[in-house]
Amino acid sequence: MTIVNFTPGPALAGGIMIGLASVWLLLAHGRIAGISGIFNGLLFPAQGDTAWRWAFVLGLIAAGFLDQAVFGAAALPGSGLSAGWIVAAGLLVGFGTRMGSGCTSGHGVCGLGRLSARSLVAVLVFLSTGMLTTFVVRHVIGGAA
Amino acid sequence: MNRPGSAWGPAGAAGPASAFGYLSTFAGGLLFGLGLWISGMSNPAKVLNFLDVSGTWDPSLLLVLGGASGVTMIAFRFVTRRQRALFGGALHLPTAKDIDTPLVLGAVLFGAGWGIGGYCPGPALTALSTLGRDAIVFVAAMVGGALLHRAYKGS
Repeated sequence: MTIVNFTPGPALAGGIMIGLASVWLLLAHGRIAGISGIFNGLLFPAQGDTAWRWAFVLGLIAAGFLDQAVFGAAALPGSGLSAGWIVAAGLLVGFGTRMGSGCTSGHGVCGLGRLSARSLVAVLVFLSTGMLTTFVVRHVIGGAA
Repeated sequence: MNRPGSAWGPAGAAGPASAFGYLSTFAGGLLFGLGLWISGMSNPAKVLNFLDVSGTWDPSLLLVLGGASGVTMIAFRFVTRRQRALFGGALHLPTAKDIDTPLVLGAVLFGAGWGIGGYCPGPALTALSTLGRDAIVFVAAMVGGALLHRAYKGS
């Protein structure tokens, strides 16, 4: 193992911002900031339950525009993977977050904040399978490019 | 503008109840997205380096998760005591408690997709702003995955 590009300051600061945004959504609007769940409610809309979701998702996208306006296109680099790998990754993330009822934000940031045992299990499982998958793709297959 | 049955949804039942409320939700998304960027979560290569424990390991994302869930752990204790949200409406908290097969299998599949691409849903949506191939293809495939799940559940 070689430790690379460790950026503890920005990581902690950004993490605190993500936490504060999640607290704000629950305090002000009574909603859990689980991105896959918020997004899913736009794919399969229930009447009267979409406007706040659009507002939040548009805020997420606007943040990306702001990053690039200030810091240029390099602010949001791509993955460098081939389209096939990206499709496979997207399908797994879309299916898995619906089946498991959450992603890094819903189970990670908010579920751990609620001291949910369900979310703790989900986080430990997706962290370990994520690490295992990266190991297989990078070191067994020899890269996903 | 938030009368029952309007396009904005039933009053007090579906989150923010005014234009200011929606602006505040937008601001929440903006802060969340800026946090993703500053922390490095919206850089797929950095995420993959975090997951690559045996290779070029970047432990930064432990601090992202720790910082974010540290804030929610402290603040949610107080927020969840409230009966209503500031802008009206009840708190919509998850009620499921079971640690069942869909939870674990879903997390396995999500982890596999995350470990391939380095994108989870939040950073992928933020990256739509690049209008780049990666973000558009990933989000389209993510929609496909959600549709497949709906078909699988309905079968």
